[in-house]
Amino acid sequence: MNAIASPNLAQVLDHPGIWRRSADRQPRVRALSTGWTSLDAKLPGGGWPQGALSEILFEHDGLGELDLVMPALAALTQEHRRVIFVAPPYLPYAPALAAAGVDLRFLHEIHAGSTEAAWSMEQCLRSGCCGAVVGWLPDIDYRSLRRLQLAAETGDACAMIFRPSTHAAQNSPAALRLKVSNSDEATYVDVLKSRGLLTTTAPLLRMRA
Amino acid sequence: MLWACLRFPGLAFSAAFAATPEAGPSALLDGHARQRLIAAANEEATAFGVRRGQSVAAARALCPALDVRPRDRDAETRLLAGIAAWCYQFSGHVSLAPPQAILMEVGASLRLFDGWPVLAERLRSGLLEQGHPHTMAATPFASASWIFAASADGMVLPEREGVLRMLAALPLARSGLSASMVKSLQAMGFRRLEDIFRLPRPELTRRIGRDGVAWLDRIRGQSAHALPAWQPPANFLQKIEFDGELDGSQPLLFPLRRLTRELANLLAARDGGVQRFTLTLEHARGQSTRIVVAMAAPQREAERLFELARTRLERTTLPAPARAIELVAEELPVFRPPLRDLFEPVRGDGLDWPTLDERLRARLGDAALRQIALVADHRPERAMRYGTPGPVVSLPRRRRPLWLLPRPMPMRPEPVAVLAGPERIESGWWDGADARRDYYIVRTAQGQQAWAYLPPGTLDGWMLHGWFA
Repeated sequence: MNAIASPNLAQVLDHPGIWRRSADRQPRVRALSTGWTSLDAKLPGGGWPQGALSEILFEHDGLGELDLVMPALAALTQEHRRVIFVAPPYLPYAPALAAAGVDLRFLHEIHAGSTEAAWSMEQCLRSGCCGAVVGWLPDIDYRSLRRLQLAAETGDACAMIFRPSTHAAQNSPAALRLKVSNSDEATYVDVLKSRGLLTTTAPLLRMRA
Repeated sequence: MLWACLRFPGLAFSAAFAATPEAGPSALLDGHARQRLIAAANEEATAFGVRRGQSVAAARALCPALDVRPRDRDAETRLLAGIAAWCYQFSGHVSLAPPQAILMEVGASLRLFDGWPVLAERLRSGLLEQGHPHTMAATPFASASWIFAASADGMVLPEREGVLRMLAALPLARSGLSASMVKSLQAMGFRRLEDIFRLPRPELTRRIGRDGVAWLDRIRGQSAHALPAWQPPANFLQKIEFDGELDGSQPLLFPLRRLTRELANLLAARDGGVQRFTLTLEHARGQSTRIVVAMAAPQREAERLFELARTRLERTTLPAPARAIELVAEELPVFRPPLRDLFEPVRGDGLDWPTLDERLRARLGDAALRQIALVADHRPERAMRYGTPGPVVSLPRRRRPLWLLPRPMPMRPEPVAVLAGPERIESGWWDGADARRDYYIVRTAQGQQAWAYLPPGTLDGWMLHGWFA
C-alpha cells in the first residue's frame, strides 16, 4: 500500500479544521502563552489562540481583566512585535505598563470612535506587522466581530476584544470567549466558548485571592 | 545610437486645459493679439463645425457654448518637462524639442528593455495612461526621427541606408525646412528631398542658405549635433491656476491628480522619493490654505501620493473657493524600497509598520496615533507623556494601576476596604501644581481594585485616580 496516498484516520482528524469534542487528542491550536501557568494548562494549544479573535467579557473595571492579558502582550513587545491598543477607555499608564514588562517602543495607541476603531483594528490585524491588537469596542456587532476574526486569520495576529459582560449572552464568532467576574473578593475567569474543547467546567483561573 | 522622437500633437490643448477637465465643446486659440484664430478643437467642437483657422467669432457663431482658451506657453513647457521626467526612466539622454516633441537616445537601453518593440509598447501605454496622445519614430539621427515622428508614426529605421531611402522620397513640405525655403524650392520645380539632395552643395547653399543646408546635413547624419540633455530638477514646484473658482475639495481632485502624477514622474526620473510636500490652495484676496502632507517613509508611486494628498485635502475645511493649487516638494530624498528578509514569511497584507502607520494616519488624523513614554517624575500625572518612548528611566517602586483616569474624580460609592497605603505623594509647590495626597489601593463593593487618594489627615472625600485593571 502506498502510505502517502491514504492517510489514516488519525491523520485526518489531526487537521486543525476539524474539531472533536471530548477526544483524547485535541486538534493543534497555535497559541500564545498567557503567562498564567494554570490558565495555559487548560486552554487548547496552551494560551491565547494565534491568528484568531479572543473576547474578554468583564463585569467591572478594575477586576484584573488587563492583568489577564498583560504577560502575553509584554512578551510580544519584548520580541519586538507590535501591540496596538485601540480605543482604550482610560489612559494606559506608562509606569504600570513598564512595570509589567512592556517594551513601550512597541506599544501603540489608537484613538478612534467606534466605527473608526473597528476599521483600525481590522487594518492592523490584516497588515501582518502587528503581534496583537487589543480593542475596547463595547458596541461592536456580530458582523464586525466576524470581520475581525477573519482579519486576525489573514494577518496571523492575535486579536483581543474587551466588552462588558452584559454581552455574554450574545452570539460571537470569537475563537475564545472568557468572562472575568468577581465573587467573594476574588476574581474568576470562566470560559464561555472555546474552539478545541477544554475538559473542565470549573473556573479556569482564580486571581487576586 | 538610436534616437526616438515622441511628438505630442495635443500638448498645447491639454496644457491650456490642465486646470479643469474640458467639458463640452472646447477650443484653443493661437496667434497675435489682433488676429486670434482657433488652433485646435476637441471632438465635440468639431462636431459643431468648429475648424482650425476660424476666427473666434465664426466659431462662436457655429457653437455658442464653445469654451475657448488661449495658448499657455509656460504651461506647455512645464508639461513637456513633466513628460521628459517620465521618459528619463528609459534613457539617460532625454532632450526637449519644444514646443511639442521629446528626443531620447534609446540605443544604449535597448538591451535592458528587451528591444525596441517592447520599449515602444511601454512608452505608448505609459503615455496613454497619462493622457498624452502621441506619435513616435526612431532612427540613428535625432533630426530624422523628428521628421518621421510627424509623418510616419511608428517608423523604426535602425540603419543609415534605410533613413536615406525614406528621406529621399519625402515631400519637401514635410522635410522640416522652413515654409519660405519650401516655397522657393517648390517654385523652382523641386518636389521631394531627393531632388535637392542631388544638387551641388554651393548651389544648394545659395538657394536655401546655410541654415537650410545644415538641417539637411543633420537629418542625413552628415554632421554631428549635440542635443542638450535634460536634467531632472532637484525639487518640485508646480502650480495650476484655474479660470474660475473651484468650490469644495471634490473639483480639486482633478488638478491634484495631475500634480501628484507629475511629482511621481520626477521622482521616477531622480530615482528618489518624497517624504513631505505642501499643497497650497489660493483663494481670493491673497488668502491661502496650506496643507502639509508628511509621510513616515519616502514614497514615490503616483497613486499612493494622490491618495495621501486626497485624504488630507478632504479632511481640510476650505475657507473659500480656490483659484489655484500649488504643489511644492523641496526635499526629494533617495528612495529605498522596503527591505524584507528573504526567509521571513509574509503575513496578511504584508505591510510594514510605516505603511500601516501612514494608512491609519491618513484616515484618522495624526493625533489619533500615539505612543506612551515614561517620565522620571514621582507625580502620577507627570510620570508619563505622549511621544516616542526613550530608554526606561526608572520603574516605580510601588504598585501602579494600568488605567489612569484623565483627571481624578470623586469616588462613589466609597471603597469598602483598604488593601495598601497610604503612600504620601507630595508634589509641585515649586511649579505651582501644589498637591499633597495620600494614595491607597482600595477595594469596592463589586470587588474592583482602585487607586484612590485622600487629602492628608482626612478619612473621607475619596478621589478615584486609577483602576488596577
